[in-house]
Amino acid sequence: MLPKRLHAADLAYYLLLPLVLAFSLYPFAYAIASSFKQGSALFSSDFWPKVWSAANYVAVFAEQPFGQNLLNSVLVAGGVVLLSLTVSLLAAYALGRVQFRGRGVLMMTILGVSMFPQVAILSGLFELISWLGLYDSLWALVLSDLIFTLPFTVWVLVTFMRELPRELEEAALMDGAGVLTVIFRIFLPLLWPAVAATSLLAFIAAWNEFLFALTFTLSGEQRTVPVAIALISGASSYELPWGNIMAASVIVTVPLIVLVLIFQRQIVSGLTAGAVKG
Amino acid sequence: MSEIRLQGIQKRFGGNPILADINLTIAPGEFCVFIGPSGCGKSTLLRLIAGLDDASGGELHIDGRCVNDVPPAQRDVAMVFQSYALYPHMTVYDNMAFGLRHLKLGKDEIERRVRSAAESLHLTALLDRKPGALSGGQRQRVAIGRAIVRQPKVFLFDEPLSNLDASLRVKTRVEIARLHRQLGSASMVYVTHDQVEAMTLADKIVLLKPLAGQEGVPSIAQVGHPLDLYHHPKNRFVASFIGSPGMNFFPAEVSQASSSGLQCLAGTATLQAAVNASSQQAGAVVTVGIRPEHVQVGEGSLLGRITHLEHLGEHSYAYLETGLSPAPLVVKLAGSSAAIGDSLRFALPAASLHVFDAADEALPRLAASLAAA
Repeated sequence: MLPKRLHAADLAYYLLLPLVLAFSLYPFAYAIASSFKQGSALFSSDFWPKVWSAANYVAVFAEQPFGQNLLNSVLVAGGVVLLSLTVSLLAAYALGRVQFRGRGVLMMTILGVSMFPQVAILSGLFELISWLGLYDSLWALVLSDLIFTLPFTVWVLVTFMRELPRELEEAALMDGAGVLTVIFRIFLPLLWPAVAATSLLAFIAAWNEFLFALTFTLSGEQRTVPVAIALISGASSYELPWGNIMAASVIVTVPLIVLVLIFQRQIVSGLTAGAVKG
Repeated sequence: MSEIRLQGIQKRFGGNPILADINLTIAPGEFCVFIGPSGCGKSTLLRLIAGLDDASGGELHIDGRCVNDVPPAQRDVAMVFQSYALYPHMTVYDNMAFGLRHLKLGKDEIERRVRSAAESLHLTALLDRKPGALSGGQRQRVAIGRAIVRQPKVFLFDEPLSNLDASLRVKTRVEIARLHRQLGSASMVYVTHDQVEAMTLADKIVLLKPLAGQEGVPSIAQVGHPLDLYHHPKNRFVASFIGSPGMNFFPAEVSQASSSGLQCLAGTATLQAAVNASSQQAGAVVTVGIRPEHVQVGEGSLLGRITHLEHLGEHSYAYLETGLSPAPLVVKLAGSSAAIGDSLRFALPAASLHVFDAADEALPRLAASLAAA
């Protein structure tokens, strides 16, 4: 009975596996293949290029400040991660471990912030950004990206923070630790898996963010990569340089893949094992 | 030295009184055990002393200083938690050193204190390990070590043995008693629900009664030396809580009462009790109590039939059907030769009887009975 059922499950697994793989990997494979094609080969029906050429990759950096754009993206996404984690760790302690009136309302408000579509708050946010004098500056992007990363990081960290044993905090309190010591020296190491996961997702969200980046920056030097890629143009206005666009897209995706691979190993929970009786 | 004085301490959660009117003094160097059934607030009382909870009323003095508004770390107390609450990401050494670093002690002093605590708790070989790699007993020793290195005036233990298995529990109990002798001047306050721990460790037992606040009486049912609570329980609650298996109780009607003794009728039997019964009058209804180990089996005029037996090897407990009351009378038998259905002859010695009045307060036992017991 059991082996037979396993057999059916195995069959379904191996039937569905290529389908899922093809569906998720095909676009990326297509982008890689195209990025190595030159000239008219881009429009041939072959999937893989007959002649591999790195010219597109050279062109991406030569024809626009793409290196600068990459750096901008790293700064913005890194800044967003750092800021939202610092703020949300402190907020998660308050919301997760301190009893006070209106906590539920506050949590819902934080969640509510992330419910508005970006377009709806775009014009209002634009006013704020120009009023703060941040237009065409990377800080404008850091600030506005926090709008959608913070609610998420706060909610995730509150959930994890709530589950840490109360006695651990009390032991630290008896040891003379202040609130900040408790948060950063005791809780942060224990929350490491959760922190790694949320930072990664916040990083990806900020890295891929397009609408704010398009609206709040003007000069090519302040652009982040999603905007830079969208604005890559060819020699004439009738030409779309597919090769360059694909090369740029591949360059932008690689850091994310590397990050996911690194953090995948870090995201092992079970660090709290041993805190309480075993 | 480090005397702990609680004056009129109260604690309410929401509107519910948990602890009512606690007046208690714990002498320097004393080993004081809080015991009571679950929900009696014994852990809450410990947390009040630690400073992890705030009292709703009353004053708490440690070493003559009112510490109601002093944060836990500055009260000169150290606590061993039930779950140990070790920092899982730190090594054993760092777990013990963490609090000392906050005391702004020099590196050498920290090193010295941690090493000597580790030495006395046999943890030296484990200093570089993390709690996850330790057994339950080792974690428990680290938790104690973390308290020792602070050299506090008061040690607080919150059911420290309840997560250990039985044999380790006995070992650690002995260890804690040794530690107390070694540390000398530091007071220990120890919460447990296990009366063997309470009886064996305590200089002073504080027995707490649940829901006392709602009945408008103080939460502390009785304070005293373990044997004092065993031989002279103040009321029926104390008598039934201390001792295992519990005391037998049966109702009786007073036939003669004086300051030198009491005669009463329980079921079909007439009993004599060596208590000061000057407050009682003939015809009053009282409760008579006797511990299973004080029933004299094999002599006397009373008869009972064994309905159930519990063999514990060296001795057994028999449940007897008697004419005293409908409830079975539990008695302790030496050996394990008895069988269910056997009839037993037994006596209830006057000196071993406890008598409780209609309000469940104990009548004072006479001095003669003290010597006999």
